[in-house]
Amino acid sequence: MFGRLSWSAIPFDQPIVMGTCATVGIVLATVFGLVTLKGGWPYLWREWITSVDHKRIGVMYMILGLVMLVRGFSDAIMMRTQLALAAGHAQGYLPPEHYDQIFSAHGTIMIFFVAMPFVVGLMNFAVPLQLGVRDVAFPKLNSVSFWLTASGVLLVNLSLFVGEFARTGWLAYPPLSELAYSPGVGVDYYLWSLQLSGMGTLLAGINLTTTILKMRAPGMGYSRMPIFCWTALASNLLIVAAFPVLTATFAMLLLDRYGGFHFFTNELGGNPMMYINLIWIWGHPEVYILILPAFGVFSEVVATFSGKPLFGYRSMVLATMAICMLSFMVWLHHFFTMGAGADVNGFFGIMTMIIAVPTGVKVFNWLFTLYGGRIQYSVPIYWTVGFIVTFVIGGMTGVLMAIPPADFVLHNSLFLIAHFHNVAIGGVVFGAMAGYTYWFPKAFGFKLNEPLGKAVFWCWFIGFYLAFMPLYALGLMGATRRMQHYPDTHWQPLMLVALAGAVVILLGIALTAVQLAVSIRQRHVERDRTGDPWNGRTLEWSTPSPPPAWNFTHMSNVQQSDAYWQMKEEGVAPTASPGAFVDMYLPRNSPVGVFLAFFAVILGFALIWRIDWLAAVGLIGAVVVVLREAWKTDLEVRVPAEEVAAFERTYATRGPGTSGAVLDRKAARSGERS
Amino acid sequence: MSVGEQTLLAESGVPLSLRGPAPVRVVAGFGFWLFLLSDIILFAVLFATYSVLSGSTAGGPTATELFDKKHVFLETVCLLASSVTCGFGSLAVQRTDARAMYFWMGVTFLLGVTFLSLEGREFAGMVAAGAGPSHSAFLSAFFTLVGTHGLHVSLGLVWLLIMLLQVTTLGFQPMVGRRFFAFGLFWHALDIVWIGVFTIVYLGAR
Amino acid sequence: MDPHLQAQGAAPGVDARDRHNARSYLIGLLYAVPLTAASFWAATTSFVYAPAVPVLLATLAIAQMGVHVAFFLHISSAPDQTNNFLALAFGVFVTGLIVFGSMMIMSHLNHNMMSMDQLMKMQR
Repeated sequence: MFGRLSWSAIPFDQPIVMGTCATVGIVLATVFGLVTLKGGWPYLWREWITSVDHKRIGVMYMILGLVMLVRGFSDAIMMRTQLALAAGHAQGYLPPEHYDQIFSAHGTIMIFFVAMPFVVGLMNFAVPLQLGVRDVAFPKLNSVSFWLTASGVLLVNLSLFVGEFARTGWLAYPPLSELAYSPGVGVDYYLWSLQLSGMGTLLAGINLTTTILKMRAPGMGYSRMPIFCWTALASNLLIVAAFPVLTATFAMLLLDRYGGFHFFTNELGGNPMMYINLIWIWGHPEVYILILPAFGVFSEVVATFSGKPLFGYRSMVLATMAICMLSFMVWLHHFFTMGAGADVNGFFGIMTMIIAVPTGVKVFNWLFTLYGGRIQYSVPIYWTVGFIVTFVIGGMTGVLMAIPPADFVLHNSLFLIAHFHNVAIGGVVFGAMAGYTYWFPKAFGFKLNEPLGKAVFWCWFIGFYLAFMPLYALGLMGATRRMQHYPDTHWQPLMLVALAGAVVILLGIALTAVQLAVSIRQRHVERDRTGDPWNGRTLEWSTPSPPPAWNFTHMSNVQQSDAYWQMKEEGVAPTASPGAFVDMYLPRNSPVGVFLAFFAVILGFALIWRIDWLAAVGLIGAVVVVLREAWKTDLEVRVPAEEVAAFERTYATRGPGTSGAVLDRKAARSGERS
Repeated sequence: MSVGEQTLLAESGVPLSLRGPAPVRVVAGFGFWLFLLSDIILFAVLFATYSVLSGSTAGGPTATELFDKKHVFLETVCLLASSVTCGFGSLAVQRTDARAMYFWMGVTFLLGVTFLSLEGREFAGMVAAGAGPSHSAFLSAFFTLVGTHGLHVSLGLVWLLIMLLQVTTLGFQPMVGRRFFAFGLFWHALDIVWIGVFTIVYLGAR
Repeated sequence: MDPHLQAQGAAPGVDARDRHNARSYLIGLLYAVPLTAASFWAATTSFVYAPAVPVLLATLAIAQMGVHVAFFLHISSAPDQTNNFLALAFGVFVTGLIVFGSMMIMSHLNHNMMSMDQLMKMQR
């Protein structure tokens, strides 16, 4: 009746897990209870859960990423603590079968449920605003994408309390991940949660690519698009091209596990090496999917806070698109040691070195933008400078490992771990934090607290170096990854330094929460009244903070890149009405996303535990939800012209173009105050 | 942007990339085209796997022993014909000619069903002869590649029925027209994938 | 017309300027039939030099796919088809990398990771 599910699936004998379960239960009960007491459910349902507005969906992605950062990081602290203890004959406090689940969950969560939501969330929020349009191409599909990602999150978190997680690392290589060697539900949790969220991501990729290519303000040709939109385009093209590979590969592993197929098994002709080949065809573009939007954020930040246009716009675009193409031509460097031979290894080694060149072009362009600019030392600039230093080091260690003979020594050592954390933290996390700080005032109407923001940066920066520089040394000394204990006690001091670094980062994460609380309390002090708190250059800064649901009352006619800067220079107020206000038609909110995700979770859970009737319920439910939506014809909400006019009147007096710097410039030019 | 504003820009010789957001039908069509390309990449992975594993028969039946080219030729004729009839059906939808639409889309449906039953017979025969997908890597790859294509065809036929129902109940609204356009793209793309399948899997077995 | 429906724009093909006609489908069929028949003939005949047959089959397959793309999907080099064409080119690029890259890599891996008795068989 319940397939493989029974009471023994709940780990009553594991105190850490049960403690976590209790804590999470209490937190959820408190939050849900408070919301219910304050009568907040109708508001949440109407304004957030069923919203198809890209700004809301972007914020929800960021919240999801931040919450999962806590889970992924607690895995990290547990691993660091274990390794600080388990030297020589000591066994630490985590037995191997738990440690294996922890490092698998850590990687899976950080890549799929922290980094991807951060990056997709930032792109979702900022791209339509930068393009000067109302929303993405397919707003309802956007909601579906978010909720499918959330359903993957739910399944991964359920695995902690009901059953177990995979012990196979974040990529689940066969034959270990085959049924013969992983007979439990762990690998199934991994596979189904990633299939669901992968579908969400693919749909988001299609959505954003279509938006950037087919929906831009009039006059915004490709060479006038903000650089963040170019990097978003490259990233989303990679999503559309790479995620199907993940889906197909996981589907084949699922067929092996559920149908007794022999794609990657040890017997009857299966070839595990093919899985590794395929998964990295996805895996390498994936890391570029994560880093390209971060590069875009830094480009925007560096130009805005230097008060100069970005140096080398065209070379930046070329470098971005070159990285997009090249990212599909380097994947074998993840398995040099698997035995393809010198010729193949040599080709991919050279390609890997080549792909470092366009990134180098970008670094120089950022430096040349900063050079000669009047730099505001704001929190986003701190993250940017921290990124340039840190990412370059990480990139160099990558080029080092691109040399196959060097990689034969360093593959799967702690050196590799240090390298990818170096680029992931220095690149993706720092970029996400910079973007978060940069666009927060636009999203919520007030700035984040600056001193606390700088404290968060220093914690992450110092914590990162303390945590990972020792790992470079340890890797060269022979320490491997995914090890639960080690015999050489000489390694222990370095492990202790790494633990200290992790604790400093933990402080940084805690301070992020504190910063948010303090900023909310101080919001009237730090309120963004003009919509343009940073004296920005791109169109999103021409809207009020937060923008109305329709983003732009009138779509501007763009004449050059850094369109808003040009408008400020020429004294054109973008909200000037060229004519009468018209009715706005906005897409109607829809519960299709959350309902689809609900049935997706049921389907996923049922497939994991082999509960056939429940799987049928999930599948039929999902189909019914889609069909119901297909017959809806009342898809838009009309915002009457009077309401738009009233909104504009309220914001005209405190509209954009009135920040100090612009007033000075205009006064100097025309001799009068506006 | 209104249709009027767009026409004005188009006629003044302004390049496409500067005219502002494209009309909904272009946006929807392009989005679906991207989805189809992602689907083709999914098939590329299955093709790659088939190519790599086609020799791994584990002592069991091989491709040359199992495949009947005449059978495949019939399936190919069905699918190619259904692509053409689907094209005629799409034209009928664009002309809002309900009778022609029901006729041509009906023929498309029947040809699709014929294709599926031919394929189903082939699969059943192989399984009965002890050549099911769990017997070797080659067979796993074959059933998955060809079976995934068949699954897409099945889903396409279900979609076609839903679309016919939508026209019947909602009429020829722009929304329904856009969905039919997407269906047409999907159906033609499936025939393109089939060209790959019969060439690499069936004709390539030598 | 309801202004809100008008804002959505017309359905595909309603504007006669972007409608295609039955001719393109019939021409497509005219090209596709002999190409398909040629494929099946090439696979079974002894008329063509045997090692060249795979190349011939590949060429015919590409030609058939081209016919579908041009005459059924209406993808062309027209300015309003540029995005579609570039997206297709990117898709073809990635597909080629996946299929040929995998085949090349796996063949090298399989060769280097051959088991002892397979090696022995190759010696004979």
